[in-house]
Amino acid sequence: MSLYARRLLINRFNLFVSLLAMLFGLFWLGWILYTLLVAGFGALGPDLILKMTPPPGNSGGLLNAIAGSLLMAAMGTLIGTPIGIMAGIYLAEFGGRGWLAAVTRFINDILLSAPSIVIGLFVYEVYVVQIGHFSAWAGTFALALLVIPVVIRTTENMLRLVPDSLREAAAALGAPQWKVITLVTVRAAKAGIITGILLAIARISGETAPLLFTALNNQFWSTNMNAPMSNLPVVIFQFAMSPYDDWQKLAWAGSLIITFGVLTLNIIARTMAREKTPVY
Amino acid sequence: MNAAVLQPTEQAVTQKIRVKQLNFYYGGYHALKDINLEIPERKVTAFIGPSGCGKSTLLRTFNRMYALYPNQEARGEIFLDGENILSPRQDLNRLRAKVGMVFQKPTPFPMSIYDNIAFGVRLYESLSSREMDERIEWALRKAALWEEVKDKLKQSGTSLSGGQQQRLCIARGIAVKPEVLLLDEPASALDPISTGRIEELVHELKNDYTIVIVTHNMQQAARVSDYTAYMYLGEMMEFGVTDEVFIKPKKKETEDYITGRFG
Amino acid sequence: MSTVADTIEGLSQGPSDIFTVSRSIPDASLRRHYRLDQAFRLATRFFAFLVLTLLAGIIVSLVLGSIPALKAFGLGFLTDSTWNPVTEKFGALVPIVGTLVTSFIALLIGIPVSFGIALFLTELSPPWLRRPLGTAIELLAAIPSIIYGMWGLFVFAPVFGDHVLPLLSSTLGTLPVLGALFRGAPTGIGILTAGIILAIMVIPFIASVMRDVFEIVPGVLKESAYALGSTTWEVVWHVVLPYTKIGVVGGVMLGLGRALGETMAVTFVIGNAHKLSASLLAPGSSIASALANEFTEAVGDLYLSSLIELGLILFLITFVILALSKLLLMQLAKFEGQKT
Repeated sequence: MSLYARRLLINRFNLFVSLLAMLFGLFWLGWILYTLLVAGFGALGPDLILKMTPPPGNSGGLLNAIAGSLLMAAMGTLIGTPIGIMAGIYLAEFGGRGWLAAVTRFINDILLSAPSIVIGLFVYEVYVVQIGHFSAWAGTFALALLVIPVVIRTTENMLRLVPDSLREAAAALGAPQWKVITLVTVRAAKAGIITGILLAIARISGETAPLLFTALNNQFWSTNMNAPMSNLPVVIFQFAMSPYDDWQKLAWAGSLIITFGVLTLNIIARTMAREKTPVY
Repeated sequence: MNAAVLQPTEQAVTQKIRVKQLNFYYGGYHALKDINLEIPERKVTAFIGPSGCGKSTLLRTFNRMYALYPNQEARGEIFLDGENILSPRQDLNRLRAKVGMVFQKPTPFPMSIYDNIAFGVRLYESLSSREMDERIEWALRKAALWEEVKDKLKQSGTSLSGGQQQRLCIARGIAVKPEVLLLDEPASALDPISTGRIEELVHELKNDYTIVIVTHNMQQAARVSDYTAYMYLGEMMEFGVTDEVFIKPKKKETEDYITGRFG
Repeated sequence: MSTVADTIEGLSQGPSDIFTVSRSIPDASLRRHYRLDQAFRLATRFFAFLVLTLLAGIIVSLVLGSIPALKAFGLGFLTDSTWNPVTEKFGALVPIVGTLVTSFIALLIGIPVSFGIALFLTELSPPWLRRPLGTAIELLAAIPSIIYGMWGLFVFAPVFGDHVLPLLSSTLGTLPVLGALFRGAPTGIGILTAGIILAIMVIPFIASVMRDVFEIVPGVLKESAYALGSTTWEVVWHVVLPYTKIGVVGGVMLGLGRALGETMAVTFVIGNAHKLSASLLAPGSSIASALANEFTEAVGDLYLSSLIELGLILFLITFVILALSKLLLMQLAKFEGQKT
């Protein structure tokens, strides 16, 4: 075969293989979502949000688990976000000279990809062991630690996108630096920062590992942050691994809820980022 | 515009490229209107005109570079050595091996200087390593870059200065021994000294290649080209021997542009 | 970019004592502004420091927690494959091998597929399909890992074990040397299954990063290659990939980091056996899955401490890989003469 003909063949072959790769990816997505819908749908019903997690062999719902997850995710976000934003501001606005910014960025990237189970272990050692029992605060703490790197990264990136001319314009009016940052720069990057927060929430909503040894689980309804609290991922874990049909059905229903919650958050975050980001 | 084919006044020169009733569209926008033109072989032809007149668009039809983008369409005929390159049966890769292009911004590939030049050659020829070395030296000499890089052929192409990078791209373009060289504002991103070098290069290269150069710099066109085509708003206004176009333009529009009354 | 911020900062900077300096500013409101600026700066600095202390805290607490195990087993912990809660003899070999092997499989499958997807999205796909397909792939990343675990255990593993594994065993399993990897009971639960599910989980990460960096390759650069008569594949392989290698390596490292630490999906399908086996079809254990399964029920200080030491090892592995990749990227960027 001539050199040219061979090149054309290689080209066509590789492009075809890339199509296969695309289909490969879509195939798994489709299969997983289909499975969720089919298995989880059957267990959907008003009971799900009206009843508590039942003892084995009984039917029930996931109310306490859902509530616990919402509570801990909200608290974790509330605690982690301000810390993340402030650190992100430092990296973007003050980090020009000096070692702290470079090192922090480096470490943040590592924490971003660190295994979440290790975070859970850390919180166990540092908090659960110290106060002697599992609690929702511990779970919240762990979730906050997962929120922080995500928010730092997006905040810094979004702030960097704001052009200098905006900062200069504010400074030229005599605004002190802290006002330039909080009233102008951060406001300009608001959409992106909120997107980052939404993505952080989406991330922690599905996390099981960090809650395994912190918030543990609770069979009953509880809003006591100082005691173990029920949450969806750990409940799913427990129920799925059990031999009881009722529990397994509930595990699927819970999976369906989490997945569609997380996917919705993702889509919202994405659409927000696209629409609201001002283009300079 | 009149549809008669515009020819240079010297009849003895063969026509390398003949453009016949070419119309070009960016989506719904009619960018080139009824272009008729002949590009003489082994001469330098310059396309001049104000921003947006279509000179780069016209240049890019000669190697069908526009085919990479979905909304761009050319209608009409362009004959290269008698064959219509706009025909759907035209093999694009082969066309581009015959018709080379150098861009406005220097675009060294992320590889060594040696590999940058060898890249195009390897696509269509199987040379022994000694033959390849020779070809590379030949191309770099032709591009007036050999002396400056002969000791650092293994270094990255991006490590060179802007002027050197552009000469590298020219060397890369001629290493494959094309028949036509399309230069799209090759010196506009360079400093005056590098620009001067490039212009000298063009002067030498025309002995072996048909060169079409797009430039927004009229003095450059006057210095470098044998023939000049003046375009305005997608139409071919005037085409002729460079000296005649600049000293005694046939059309008032041409004269207005050249004397700087606009553009 | 930060030069402006620096200048503004420089103007408000001075000796560390806010109050001495500010007293020299005549105007009262300017004085207040100055103090607020300094306070704000210190506050943000504090939170940045917090990140450092967090990392230090993690390492320190893990080390402290591992001390009993470190004292009892020393370095032999890393090469011992025993795991016996009854006799209180523990060794990390099986989980470490499991973690590394499953991650390796994940990358082996994941990198080429991600490359194919990125190639498709940037060069082959019609423009109107790009956004929806890209989003679809990113949704794969959004699916929580426990869902992958559920689906893996209840849906994928049975199908895989019944239909694919016997085929693998009878074909690849008969090869000399390599065949040992594919022999054994095709239960569908084991290292191979875990590796495949991990591959599916890391593909969206690597593919998104690759797609993002492929997209910002300057059009002129690609056109230059086309102008020499290259085919699309040649342009991508010889020009786009080398140009984007910094980002590609970063994406792969991101995927690797995810694979190493992935807990729930692996826990469901890896089988949780503390036994080393030559076959990929056999059940095994990863560090994360061992922790997830055994931590809450571990009784005895040595047991708990061994598990914590496992966590420390995992953290160190991911830390080293991520740190190396960042250093590599910085080196690459310096070589190419760009700013990271």
